[in-house]
Amino acid sequence: MLDQTHVERLEAEAVNSAKTRQPLYAARRKIFPKRASGSFRRFKWLVMAITLGIYYLTPWLRWDRGPFAPDQAVLLDLANRRFYFFFIEIWPQEFYYVAGLLVMAGVGLFLITSAVGRAWCGYTCPQTVWVDLFLVVERAIEGDRNARIKLDAGPWTARKLVLRVSKHAIWLVIGAATGGAWIFYFADAPTLVGELFTGTAAPVAYITVAVLTATTYTFGGLMREQVCTYMCPWPRIQAAMLDENSLTVTYNDWRGEPRSRHAKKVLAAGLPAGDCVDCNACVAVCPMGIDIRDGQQLECITCAQCIDACDGVMDKLGKERGLISYATLSDYNANMMLATAGGSCPVTPSLVRTVDGKFSDKVAHFHIGKIFRPRTYVYMAVWSLIGLGLLYSLLTRDRLEVNVLHDRNPQFVTLHDGSIRNGYTVKLLNMIPEPRTIVVTMQGLQGGEMSVVGDDIPAGRSFAIPVEPDRLKMLKVFVRQPADQIHGTAQTFTFRVEDRASFEADEYTATFNAPETAR
Amino acid sequence: MSSEHIDEVSGISTTGHEWDGIRELNNPLPRWWVVTFYITIFWAIGYTIAYPAWPLLHSATKGVLGYSSRNEVKNELTAAEAAKGKYVAAVESKSVSEIAADDALREFAVAAGGAAFRVNCVQCHGSGAQGSKGFPNLNDDDWLWGGSAEQIQQTITHGIRFASDPDTRLSEMPAFGDIITPDQIKQVSAYVASLSGLVQDASLIEPGANVFAENCVACHGDTAKGNRELGAPDLTDAIWLYGPGETAIAAQVRAPKHGVMPAWIGRLGETKVKELAVYVHSLGGGE
Repeated sequence: MLDQTHVERLEAEAVNSAKTRQPLYAARRKIFPKRASGSFRRFKWLVMAITLGIYYLTPWLRWDRGPFAPDQAVLLDLANRRFYFFFIEIWPQEFYYVAGLLVMAGVGLFLITSAVGRAWCGYTCPQTVWVDLFLVVERAIEGDRNARIKLDAGPWTARKLVLRVSKHAIWLVIGAATGGAWIFYFADAPTLVGELFTGTAAPVAYITVAVLTATTYTFGGLMREQVCTYMCPWPRIQAAMLDENSLTVTYNDWRGEPRSRHAKKVLAAGLPAGDCVDCNACVAVCPMGIDIRDGQQLECITCAQCIDACDGVMDKLGKERGLISYATLSDYNANMMLATAGGSCPVTPSLVRTVDGKFSDKVAHFHIGKIFRPRTYVYMAVWSLIGLGLLYSLLTRDRLEVNVLHDRNPQFVTLHDGSIRNGYTVKLLNMIPEPRTIVVTMQGLQGGEMSVVGDDIPAGRSFAIPVEPDRLKMLKVFVRQPADQIHGTAQTFTFRVEDRASFEADEYTATFNAPETAR
Repeated sequence: MSSEHIDEVSGISTTGHEWDGIRELNNPLPRWWVVTFYITIFWAIGYTIAYPAWPLLHSATKGVLGYSSRNEVKNELTAAEAAKGKYVAAVESKSVSEIAADDALREFAVAAGGAAFRVNCVQCHGSGAQGSKGFPNLNDDDWLWGGSAEQIQQTITHGIRFASDPDTRLSEMPAFGDIITPDQIKQVSAYVASLSGLVQDASLIEPGANVFAENCVACHGDTAKGNRELGAPDLTDAIWLYGPGETAIAAQVRAPKHGVMPAWIGRLGETKVKELAVYVHSLGGGE
């Protein structure tokens, strides 16, 4: 029944196995992940292509905003304090949209984690994606796991030197390309790329590229799994995020145990043998260097490479896939109870299988409905509410605003005819990339008149003034009220600003101060 | 004590130190940590050679890079001066009304003049240039000596009643307490107060008008509108340097107070005075 001759047995040991539990401070144990192949590996290639594609191509997308704004689709213009994202333009005071997106990202992460575990860690985290990329280079140059182990252990020959130098050189190039792509988000990409290579770009551009090259090379090439295990807080947080219905990469020892390297002999001797043939394929492919058969652990980023590796082995053995699988703790516990007859005996394969070798009907399998449970509904609701709130706010936000600052020193000035004057700093915000003529009108304050300092605008209750595209115009406005119309020491009135072409308007209620003795 | 001792529980050697039977385990730092530690030591030594550091008897080592924080400040100030140079040169070469008419230049002059104002002028005129009793409010539209940018510049340059400047603005209202009778003072004060609408005893106003016509029109004019050539204030408006009302007016008629403003040209120079003039002109009352 069992033909183990086709299964290659690998010498691999988990870096964190209980047998070799290390002291707190110890040199890193080198990990040489073997290349896995299977559906999860294919999915990871796809995710990698998409995420890297988004990262590298986004700055080069164009978006026409007319002659008065940059045509880069995504641009963080720090010098002018504007953030462009396709059809959205954000001013610094609207940065709460970004805060809202971050809250959504946080809740989204909770949702994903409670449903499918650390999918972020395993597939989309930049650390994972770049380490994957660096491993592709490493494999292409030095070969797969065994070749790399041999090379590493071998003496320094000319070949080893050439391989190592070329590997690190390519890593550095990837690092530089990573840093290089980053800066294009902050300036016009086609212009900057020219400046970058002719040496005329700003020093901060080169410094940023240098820093990101160094961090990419160090994190992706040298530190790899250490970043996840020792530096990242997410493995710690996830413990609070997962529950018994979350999908995690699980070694199903209820069908794998007792594991045996010589199942045929064991079976022949009349002893029970599980599905696990102890080939260590799952350990060899693990980029974190752990043994998933030790159970769910902090180091596991759930990249599912072990699932691919094990499925390949199970296929060769003619057994059902899924000895290592995405499973929930509740299913796992149910199956474990079944396999151990309620905990009364060690794992017994005959308890989960019928006589003809099929799984018993009592074995629990994952059902998609488990994803939809109160907890995920709450996360989905919170996530959608924030999203809808942001969307509503974005669609109804003002693109014309007025801010007014009342002079405080002096609060008022008595003029020669006894009339009282107050000063205001009026800021007109034209938040669209087109020039506009803004009409400023005062409402209320009987007999009051406005005059604008430094402009040839006749005093009156209304004036029109041009405002440059996407700019703030600051006006010093004096408001004057005749003595006989003053009622009280603090009267309120309204500054109304309008764009009569687009019917946009904004208002500000201001106070007009007068001395008690105004005659 | 110095002999090798292995802790039984952990199997780790101890440092040989013992306190009340408690020994200290010898767990060395990780290598990278130790290396970093040594690097920082070498860095620190190099730093003290490169930069001013070691104290000597009367001074300290200068450092081979020749760095000094004073030079840093000096360079920054020089750079700031150079950045302002274009505007300062324009302020020097243009008249104050030209400066006031040029948006960018006016903005610069208002900022620079405002800074100078806050150092030199706020002591009398107040931080908001609002003045106080005896010190004119510079925000309003009532000017003793004229409110054009040039006239303001003239006033700041030479001061008012500033004895040591021959071109100073000079006016001196006589003390009428020695010239007219107390009754006449009462009458003329009532008349003057009535000019700006402050309701007064009608029986005093008519004789007051006669006293005014005999004694005051020479400077304040037939209609009491004042005369800027002489610095004589307009008595019909709502602004009173020494306070409104009959009593305050009577006191000023009897024995006038005469404020003094220094000539600023010697202390500030022409460019600063121009900037100040543009600043004061911009406060809202400029003509």
